[in-house]
Amino acid sequence: MSGLLVKTNNSIRENLWRYFIVAIPYIWLLLFFLAPFVIVFKISLADPIIAQPPFTPLFNQGSDGGFSIYTTFDNFLYLFQDSLYFVTYLNSVKLAFIATLFTLLIGYPIAYGIARSPQPTRNILLLLVVIPFWISFLLRVYSWMGILKTNGLINGFLLWLGVIDQPLELLYTDTAVYIGMVYSYLPYMILPLYANLVKLDIRLLEAASDLGAKKWQGFVDVTLPLSMPGIIAGCLLVFIPAIGEYVIPALLGGADTLMIGRVLFDEFFLNRDWPVASAVAIVLLLLLVLPIVYFQKKQAQETSGAAA
Amino acid sequence: MLNQRSRFIFTALCFGFAFLYIPILLVIIYSFNDSRLVTVWGGWSVRWYVELFNNENVLNAAILSFQIAAITATFATIMGTMAGFIMARIKKFRGRLLFSGMIASPLVMPEVITGLSLLLLFVSLQNTIGWPGSRGMNTITIAHITFSMAYVAVIIQSRLTEVNESLEEAAMDLGARPLRVLWDITLPIIFPAMVSGWLLSFTLSLDDLVIASFVSGPGATTLPMLIFSKVRLGVSPDINALATILIVVVTLGLCIAAWITSRQNRSVS
Repeated sequence: MSGLLVKTNNSIRENLWRYFIVAIPYIWLLLFFLAPFVIVFKISLADPIIAQPPFTPLFNQGSDGGFSIYTTFDNFLYLFQDSLYFVTYLNSVKLAFIATLFTLLIGYPIAYGIARSPQPTRNILLLLVVIPFWISFLLRVYSWMGILKTNGLINGFLLWLGVIDQPLELLYTDTAVYIGMVYSYLPYMILPLYANLVKLDIRLLEAASDLGAKKWQGFVDVTLPLSMPGIIAGCLLVFIPAIGEYVIPALLGGADTLMIGRVLFDEFFLNRDWPVASAVAIVLLLLLVLPIVYFQKKQAQETSGAAA
Repeated sequence: MLNQRSRFIFTALCFGFAFLYIPILLVIIYSFNDSRLVTVWGGWSVRWYVELFNNENVLNAAILSFQIAAITATFATIMGTMAGFIMARIKKFRGRLLFSGMIASPLVMPEVITGLSLLLLFVSLQNTIGWPGSRGMNTITIAHITFSMAYVAVIIQSRLTEVNESLEEAAMDLGARPLRVLWDITLPIIFPAMVSGWLLSFTLSLDDLVIASFVSGPGATTLPMLIFSKVRLGVSPDINALATILIVVVTLGLCIAAWITSRQNRSVS
């Protein structure tokens, strides 16, 4: 073999490697991420039937051998006609929004405190925030059931103190859902806030105080506006998963705690109405497109800003 | 003034960490409770642990979950590393925009949608090409790889954008072939990120309830599915014991990982 041949062989091999590296994850994602959505969309346009699978096919082969396409918007119309779904969507947004607000109020002082701690302590505190994040989500939600139930720890404690003489109804209420969401998503709020607050230039606060600003003015006029990107990132990281949440309302919520994730789950497993479940999923996705696109744009700005 | 502020910070941290840890500690304490009534203290005992290890359903579910998690973590790390490398280093190729959208979306997709859409895909494939045959470990693993690799890709991408590309360029200028550079320079740089990616995928897979419930078939029950069906009916003492074991394993793993990273950092500096 001549040297030239070896060289071309090598460069072809390297190009092949490049294709190989791009192709494997690309094909996987096309097949197991994009294709499923196309199918969900297809089934949301079908009628439910009692069969296996329980929906009408998109393409029908006629007796003359030609194909006809069958679609229906009945499932989407049904979502608008039955007020249950509208109320559920509204209620999910409300629950997620209020939970996000509380998570911010609790998470901000913690993130601030960690960012202002001296170095060795700071790393330990960060690790302490991260550990619950790695412990099973399901088990963390479960841990509140024992605390909140009628003969649980909070009621036991309050009865013992004599503050109440009847146990409070805590578990299976919206309050329990809020507590579960704040508890589960707190690390998602603290980490981006911390990453932002730790970069804050302390000299800006010193300058503000030299110019006569009080401590709280320095916080309101300097720290808070500068930490806005962290606040937005943290809030979106909490709000987006909270809207579609299933486990928390299923374990801590009452029968009347309506959330889309739960309705979709029940529609699918209990009613076995796949087309309506698919339509619910499509509408949920539409609801989330705006915050998701906004979040990704912000992230892209952050990364390009950091690179520049 | 400064005192007042640091006192506020101290109080915020105390309350915050109490809020984060008291529920977990209570589960651990009550797992050693002898009483069947979960809220009445009946003395210290390990009977729920004994019962747990004699429960074949729990053991089978645990074995299944750990198998799925190990396979998921390995494949998600390989493909997630490829995807992260593509995002950070291969600036131009056809369909890059679609790729970046597909790799970022699983992070923010509600679990119910991912689960539903993958199940419908498996059902459609079953009807057209006769695969995957039966749903269970195979379909759960595929679903877990798909969302875990997105997390790995983010970790690898941020690590690669952190380090300067000049190291790789220098090696290239000195005549190293791209594959050589990948093997000798890039991979050692991202190796710690790959380890964290593997660990994260493992825990994500071990933790998933919703997606597994959708794509699983009859006969395949993962640990979270078993826990969920039990705790749906209320608090149960053997689940407290199971939770304690999982919490101890995860915490130990994390502390070891943190210790290794800090030792590595020290040896580098």
